[in-house]
Amino acid sequence: MKILTGNDLRSGAVVWWNGSGWSLFVDDAVDVGEDAAEILAREEAARRVNVPYAIEASIDADGHVRPAHIKDRVRALGPTVRRDLAVPTADKTGWDWVI
Amino acid sequence: MAEDIGTSPDEVQFRFREDEIVDHGTVTVDACCDQTNATAVRIEPGDDARLLLPFLDRLALVEINFPAFNDGRGYSAARILREAGYTGELRAVGDVGVDQLSHMRRCGFDSFAPDKRLDEEDAARAFATWANVYQRAADARRTIADKRHEA
Amino acid sequence: MYKYDLYDQAMVDARVAEFRDQARRRLEGKLTEDQFKPLRLMNGLYLQLHAYMLRVAIPYGTLDSRQLEMLADIAERYDRGYGHFTTRQNIQYNWIRLEDAADILADLAKVEMHAIQTSGNCIRNISSDHFAGAAADEVVDPRPYAELMRQWSSFHPEFTYLPRKFKIAVIASDKDRAAMRLHDIGVRIVKRANDSGGEVGAQFYAGGGMGRTPMIAPLIRDFVPIEHFITYAEACLRVYNRYGRRDNKYKARIKILVHELGAAEYTRQVEEEFAHLLSVGVEPPREELARIAAHFADPAFIDGPKTVDRSDPDFALWVDRNTHRHKHDAYVSAVISLKPAGGIPGDATAEQMRVVARLAKQYSFDELRVMHTQNLLLPHVRIADLHAVWSALDAAGLAAPNMDTIEDIIACPGLDYCSLANARSIPLAQRISERFAETGRTEVVGELKLKISGCINACGHHHAGHIGILGVDKKGVENYQLSLGGSEAEDVSLAKITGPGFDEDGVIAAVEKVTDVYLASRAEGERFLDTYRRIGMEPFKEALYG
Ligand code: HEM
Ligand code: SF4
Repeated sequence: MKILTGNDLRSGAVVWWNGSGWSLFVDDAVDVGEDAAEILAREEAARRVNVPYAIEASIDADGHVRPAHIKDRVRALGPTVRRDLAVPTADKTGWDWVI
Repeated sequence: MAEDIGTSPDEVQFRFREDEIVDHGTVTVDACCDQTNATAVRIEPGDDARLLLPFLDRLALVEINFPAFNDGRGYSAARILREAGYTGELRAVGDVGVDQLSHMRRCGFDSFAPDKRLDEEDAARAFATWANVYQRAADARRTIADKRHEA
Repeated sequence: MYKYDLYDQAMVDARVAEFRDQARRRLEGKLTEDQFKPLRLMNGLYLQLHAYMLRVAIPYGTLDSRQLEMLADIAERYDRGYGHFTTRQNIQYNWIRLEDAADILADLAKVEMHAIQTSGNCIRNISSDHFAGAAADEVVDPRPYAELMRQWSSFHPEFTYLPRKFKIAVIASDKDRAAMRLHDIGVRIVKRANDSGGEVGAQFYAGGGMGRTPMIAPLIRDFVPIEHFITYAEACLRVYNRYGRRDNKYKARIKILVHELGAAEYTRQVEEEFAHLLSVGVEPPREELARIAAHFADPAFIDGPKTVDRSDPDFALWVDRNTHRHKHDAYVSAVISLKPAGGIPGDATAEQMRVVARLAKQYSFDELRVMHTQNLLLPHVRIADLHAVWSALDAAGLAAPNMDTIEDIIACPGLDYCSLANARSIPLAQRISERFAETGRTEVVGELKLKISGCINACGHHHAGHIGILGVDKKGVENYQLSLGGSEAEDVSLAKITGPGFDEDGVIAAVEKVTDVYLASRAEGERFLDTYRRIGMEPFKEALYG
């Protein structure tokens, strides 16, 4: 599936497109299919998100969204070397699939 | 006569000169060097401003084009002309934004024709950014170090 | 130490106001990200993997306790309680909000600090020898010259949109502790004999750099009289600004210009511009250098014991490893390692910064340094006070006795923080330092500089490592290239790649193997680098791939 991500303009926080707005949690990301370019242009112009882009992702058996590229997996959870600072997530197995 | 490639007076948004604004053809650096009567010339980023030094007396307007604001060659071109004694109008044209104005002014530009008109208030603030300056440049302002050590 | 006067303060305050205005215009939509990016970058504000990242300049690596305390406060108030000290003697915060950025800059300005020109295609923070003002072997203190350059390069009207970033290092001894020849311009302040006991001048090297095409800067001028120092620098920059390549960002650094023109032709053009600029007159008045230099006068050193009580072996080891000879024989410079075994190289918590600030105030004339090796330094510690300093550092987890050993790893943020990364750097550093500490091999191996970059940009100086590791992307999986034989010091050289890359476990094993080869082959007194230079790459290759 294709999902959208970027950084919040004001805070810089990593955010994911949930269909109506931007969420801090990768699991909220929705498949945007063909609409990526249109949503990206609109949201960036509205200054709700900074330098957003579309990426490939998949959903695992438990319903967790997994970005395809390692860089976006690190963005989804936080630095692997500071797990104390990780994005709070329901996905307890998160660190197992980052790398 | 070479084709006029310059900006027109009504495109000039800011001007820090009292004299009459030049309103006639602007030619390329090459054309200016070949032609004995050109009085206005436009410098592109790749041009060598020093080619114009023999002709400074007859030039009343030099436009320096910034196709992209982050190509800073025009700043050196401007200073080189001023260092050689050019006193005519030096106009920055092209992708000129609020945040470039103060440095351009210091490099000797005294006229500005941005592609997109700038917010007057933002620009006024930008021109006034530096009450004092560290370096000697084309504006001949006394530097901070000069002030520190004046008798 | 240099103190701002009203002019310096006003310049920094003006910049804070200017940036506040720019950030406002961005948030109001008057600036697009494309327009805002170069402006925020000129104030050290990047957008990285997890948030905005702010890089704060620590000019020539010198700061006082009040400044370090402010850095600690900022880490707590606006970030997540820590900061990362970098190879360019700066500090980076990883979790900054755009909305807070102007307030942070205002806080920094209160203690004479800023983030000006810590990014962008302009002249960056000037770096210097971390032992400046303390080292026994320096000709003069290089910092006044660096400060003169800081002022000249700040908001330089002509050189704000250069083809690419521009980094300058200034040193003043034969020993190079600042990777001087790997900078765009490297300056060595020297003295030559004259009737009045020595005339000060500057040697200029130009066109060094790391990144994807590492190059060692050639000498372009053996002696620039100091009264023409800034004029010569201006000439170097002007030639670069006019003729540096702008068609390809990977070829835009000055090293490519110097390489393509040849050092002789680049020098000829600089000399021509220099002659012209001498006639224009761009040099600051001579008294300015004297004014600045007065700020760097020696503190009031007092005599005292010249040796320590070595009965505590842990203390004795730390003294041997982490202290450096001082120009006054009752003092040493003490390195505060930010490389605990298994730790993140260069990271310090707010609490640790406060401990160090307190020690600086109490024991080092209120002076501190940031080293390009991502450590901190107390430049002037009385030998009589060393034990007290060590005890306090030890209690704060800051007394790792590992300067210049394989545990003293330089590592860039890599894929844990950096959006340009191919692979993570920090976990490698953690595992390697842990492994060598555990097996007790650190001491056996002695001086060995290991440097890790997470991508070809080489922020972790891997080209200059005795052992270098470069992270590459192998079809979406982290992979690491090993290289040997680099040095950033006066014996500068570029490391050579050993061969095919390794995965994470593989590269750690490979590091152990190359140290095995060294230990088996070394002659008396040889460092790893010396052995490598003597026996060449083959035996190492054999052990790795044979
Ligand atoms: C995390 C954000 C960072 C980004 C986006 C970044 C970006 C870059 C880039 C693009 C280059 C290559 C420049 C070129 O070759 O033209 C570079 C070089 C360099 N950076 Fe970084 N860097 C970052 C962090 C750091 C850190 C943390 C350090 C210090 C530990 C550092 C120090 C250097 C040095 C020393 C070089 C190589 C020397 C040179 O050729 O200029 N950078 N950086
Ligand atoms: S070397 Fe690459 S990965 Fe490391 S900090 Fe520099 S740009 Fe980022």
